[in-house]
Amino acid sequence: MSPLIALVGNPNCGKTALFNILTGSRQKVANYAGVTVERKEGSLLTPSGKRVRILDLPGAYSLDPLTPDEQVTADVLLGRRTGESQPDFVVCVTDATNLRQNLRLVLSLKRLHLPMVVALNMSDIARRKGMMIDAERLAGELGVPVVETIGVKTTGVRALIKVLDGVGYPSPAPHAAGGRPAPWRTPSASDIEHDQSEVRRILGLVGGDRLNGVTISDRVDAVLLNPVLGPLILAVILFLVFQAVFAWAQVPMDEIKLGVAAFGNWLAAALPASLLKDLAINGVLAGVGSVLVFLPQIIILFFFILILEDSGYLPRAAFLLDRVMGSVGLSGRAFIPLLSSFACAIPGIMATRTIQNPRDRLATIMIAPLMTCSARLPVYALIIGAFIPRRTVWGGLELQGVVLFALYIVGVASAMAVAFVLKRSAPGAGLQSLMLELPAYHWPNLRSLAIGLWQRVEIFMSRVGTIILALMVILWALSSFPAPPPGATGPPIQYSVAGHLGSWLAVLFAPIGFNWQISIALVPGLAAREVAVGALGTVYALSASGSDVSGTLTPLIAQSWSLPTALSLLAWYVFAPQCLSTLATVKRETNSWRYPIIMAAYMFALAYAGSLITYTIAKALS
Amino acid sequence: MLTPKSSLPAAAGIRLTELGTGMCARVVSVAAPDAATPVDLGRRLAELGFLPGEAVRIVARGLMARAPLAVRIGTGTFALRLFEAACIRVCPEQPRPA
Repeated sequence: MSPLIALVGNPNCGKTALFNILTGSRQKVANYAGVTVERKEGSLLTPSGKRVRILDLPGAYSLDPLTPDEQVTADVLLGRRTGESQPDFVVCVTDATNLRQNLRLVLSLKRLHLPMVVALNMSDIARRKGMMIDAERLAGELGVPVVETIGVKTTGVRALIKVLDGVGYPSPAPHAAGGRPAPWRTPSASDIEHDQSEVRRILGLVGGDRLNGVTISDRVDAVLLNPVLGPLILAVILFLVFQAVFAWAQVPMDEIKLGVAAFGNWLAAALPASLLKDLAINGVLAGVGSVLVFLPQIIILFFFILILEDSGYLPRAAFLLDRVMGSVGLSGRAFIPLLSSFACAIPGIMATRTIQNPRDRLATIMIAPLMTCSARLPVYALIIGAFIPRRTVWGGLELQGVVLFALYIVGVASAMAVAFVLKRSAPGAGLQSLMLELPAYHWPNLRSLAIGLWQRVEIFMSRVGTIILALMVILWALSSFPAPPPGATGPPIQYSVAGHLGSWLAVLFAPIGFNWQISIALVPGLAAREVAVGALGTVYALSASGSDVSGTLTPLIAQSWSLPTALSLLAWYVFAPQCLSTLATVKRETNSWRYPIIMAAYMFALAYAGSLITYTIAKALS
Repeated sequence: MLTPKSSLPAAAGIRLTELGTGMCARVVSVAAPDAATPVDLGRRLAELGFLPGEAVRIVARGLMARAPLAVRIGTGTFALRLFEAACIRVCPEQPRPA
């Protein structure tokens, strides 16, 4: 087994960028056993040809854990986490511009008596700020080796790699001086104070301690955190993101559509008429193709979320929204899980572990699926594309983008309403904490952005390749068998199992304006929302009388649905309770069936009520 | 409860919440002011660096009820809600030249 090296550090010390540059794309992302804390391991081949494993531990302010993240970090380092071996070597990553805070963790880590090195990360930024840190002196004072690193440059980690090259396994612990280290003791308040005075003493000797000076970040914050300008800028940023999701994605989406259509035509010409050909074209290609087309929009959305996160703006947004969140009983910290839920509720729900208050965390989990996740985007995009005209309003705004933005707002507003009801139903739950670090702004790191985007694309593509593909094949089978009786006049799908199921469900959904095709599509949509679009593709491909199977879905539904039906389906998907993986995640996070069941029930009720109201009003107006 | 090494009484100085935006101060003590505040709050603040003797500055405040607060502590900045900032007593100082 290769030696295991752990990266430890405060949140925002640039640890992940350093991990990315050390391991490149050789990363395995999973969860720690039994918890939903993300476990990232990668490997590095050192210049002497040795392979070492590198574990990126969750960010921690101290080894006295208050969040599940810090618990994992402390447990792994103390060697008491089941299924994890104690690291052979520790790299304590520090932000060289913020040593006053970061060195306390170094002092705590030293008490573990594991072999370690301190990485003075962002040393280039520190130097640019005029903070001259005497690394040699620091090493002398700390009693551990210190290397300077620049986590965003390949040349910036050479010294660190050289140190890692020398790590052996099992390595003798130089500080342990033979025998077991003293048992770990949780530091008391006076220990923390003692550590801080030690930090002050060391910083006085080695330099690099500049306090309270007005930094560039402060000047930016003077505008972005301004009580009046700040919220306005936040609104503009979010609005532009959603405009971009629609405007920039248009060309690549058209390309993908053309590509799928061309491939369908080629298949139609190349394969002999058979059941297999029918499966390939009407089942797989029509279904998967109509989901794949939304990849550009998902990439664009994540592109912006990752940039906002990496630049340090996201915690500022949490700061600006804290009062609003507080008024419905949430913490400003809930903003980040909720924003992640715009991409997907699953990472959002998993991100709630950074909320310390259990009641606060539960409320955030319960409303996370109301945030418009990217899986709803295909459904929204399909219906908006078919029913909302492409024109500009109010001087240059895309009407389609405006409608999309409105749908997001409705999702957020209903989430706030539900949170308010939850707060009312469980009063007196105490004060909710914020305590959120606002890191210095910096330019987003392109490497981390690329790796982050690639991981999202992989997740989406593997969903398309597995669960969506499988459901498409099942749906195709349900929609194709039994075959229509000889002499039948209607489209073949009406005689199939899916046709019958759809006509039963259509009775339930008739009051909200759904036809049997929509009702069928809702069934596979239970597995994942975006599957509903693929399913509509399959259903309509199979109910079309023959030739135009690779034609796009948009003109088909534009012809066959009324506007009230389309609006009703949009309203349905604002609440859309049907995503089994989200419910499974809630079960795992809350360790109880109670909350996923409550969640499914309340969302179904909201969806039905929302659609009923929308359909009734739209019908009365048209 | 964290008390300063100096001979200042525990209630010396003002609450951090009373410090004006852009003003500098030095932390005197960090402790939960009443029973309604979670007990581990003082220690949590200490772990973030809110320790007696450290320099603080109010970087920004929210629009409504002038909360939350963005507080510079040492070289880092943290967003705190009012009840969190109320645990911290400070002694105001003249702002240094940038």
